[in-house]
Amino acid sequence: MNKDQKKRKTIIPVGPYHPLQEEPEFFELEVEGERVVKLNIKIGYNHRGIEKLSESKHFDQVTFLVERICGICSTSHPFAYVQAVEDLAGIEIPERAKYIRCIIGELERLHSHLLWLGLAGHFIGYNTLWMWAWKYRETVLDLCEQISGNRNHYAMMRIGGARRDILNKEIDELKKKTATLTSVLNMFKGAVMDDPVIAARTKGIGILTKEQAINYCVVGPTARASGIDIDVRRDSPHNSAYNLVEWNVPVLPDGDVFAKVVVRILEMLESVKIIIQCLDRLKDLKEGEIWNEVRDIPAGEGIGTYEAPRGEVFHYVRSDGGNTPFRHKVRAPSYMNILSNEVAVIGGDIADACITLAAVDPCYCCTDRIQAVENRPACPLRQSSSEASHSSGRKLKYNWEQLLKLSQEKTKRILSIKNQVSK
Amino acid sequence: MNKGKILSRSIWVFHFCSGSCNNCDIEILDALTPRFDLERFGIKLVGSIKHADCMLVTGMINKKGATRLKFLYDIAPKPLAVVAIGACACSGGIFEPSYYTYGPVDKIIPVDAYIPGCPARPEALIDGIVKVVKKLST
Repeated sequence: MNKDQKKRKTIIPVGPYHPLQEEPEFFELEVEGERVVKLNIKIGYNHRGIEKLSESKHFDQVTFLVERICGICSTSHPFAYVQAVEDLAGIEIPERAKYIRCIIGELERLHSHLLWLGLAGHFIGYNTLWMWAWKYRETVLDLCEQISGNRNHYAMMRIGGARRDILNKEIDELKKKTATLTSVLNMFKGAVMDDPVIAARTKGIGILTKEQAINYCVVGPTARASGIDIDVRRDSPHNSAYNLVEWNVPVLPDGDVFAKVVVRILEMLESVKIIIQCLDRLKDLKEGEIWNEVRDIPAGEGIGTYEAPRGEVFHYVRSDGGNTPFRHKVRAPSYMNILSNEVAVIGGDIADACITLAAVDPCYCCTDRIQAVENRPACPLRQSSSEASHSSGRKLKYNWEQLLKLSQEKTKRILSIKNQVSK
Repeated sequence: MNKGKILSRSIWVFHFCSGSCNNCDIEILDALTPRFDLERFGIKLVGSIKHADCMLVTGMINKKGATRLKFLYDIAPKPLAVVAIGACACSGGIFEPSYYTYGPVDKIIPVDAYIPGCPARPEALIDGIVKVVKKLST
């Protein structure tokens, strides 16, 4: 790059405390004139160290902790976590609990997608849509409050079943309230699809092709809007009622922001269908049979997945037979999706960057990670290698062989722990 | 003239979040939308601390956010009402034993009001902001 080219480039910082973002995150947009040429994402402003905290809480307490990973997917994380523990211990749950889990999971999807729809309207300067979507979101929050007692953190998940029951006498009222959402969502569908403002600002903007989507491993509505037919609810419906009710997975091939809007609206209609069917089935089941007694968790490892509103959320739990998880690993969907912005936003207009960045429904509190770099002179790896891994200042650099060695050492360490556990 | 009196009408709020689970932040936005409609009292969310009369702080305040919170408080025109929202901002909440905690908020800057709850309900937010304004204007 010569000097003149360097001069033409401008860096526009978005964040970490930006009026448009409710959460802190730092995007560096490199622009040439109006065109975005490079995007740099810096995370870590919302890190809380949940995986480490989880190791200090016992298995039942962790459900409340993982709920607070994210306020919007606050039932998806516990859902995936309890599935991981149930996978570990080989627990089956009662049928009534399966339906209750699905009802609360789908209500969460409804409120999350309505929230996103409103914010997307806000990002393209269409505040009417924002106010409108959030007005109807209150209906969903009322339903959640009636079922769980809180507007946002529901605490409905428990290892071996559900924590609270839905009373049979309340079901008719819940069904009536949920059914009102169908007409509202159909109205949104018509209004958003026919609106010239929304079409002009979102059609053909921020395209993520199917190939790029596969390369970046995107999940959830972002993947389904790019023509990838994946949905964890359909593909591995373990300990949930998704295989017991009728519903479809909407998939669109376009990959632009408009497709992402439409996929989410169609998904909400499917969610309403699932909730109404689940409530119908609940009526025939006996009240109170919502959880199986779980005495203790054996040593071993388990994996749990659930389709959060943003995509597949993955939890891994390893137990050494004690009271607390030995290791708890979380992979939230936004971690995959946010990185795809790197290709979606490039080549676009600076005015479209905002809606393109928001189109994957980024959730930064799910995403934030931290990396600790040990940089002491007594590091055995550096002594063994004559190459200067200490290139400049305090930065430590590993080459390929050193990384390989680190990886092999970790495998040995894990295997030795595994052997101890199995003994 | 009592400086606090300036605050008593059309409070503009600035929102700071560091290490929260996002829920209190959503409830703050929720308070602006049709059911609760804070804007009818002239309460408005602004993008810069220089325009704000009140700062709403959410989250347990992690190490990366703490210096920024102190900086924002220092450059803000006073009087500034600081409100800590949610269990994490008030006391550290469930994240209090974490290795990345630097808060709660009152360890870093002086706080005028605490609104507990996980998350704090929009009604509680409105009540809290009205109370802190009353306290400052008398």
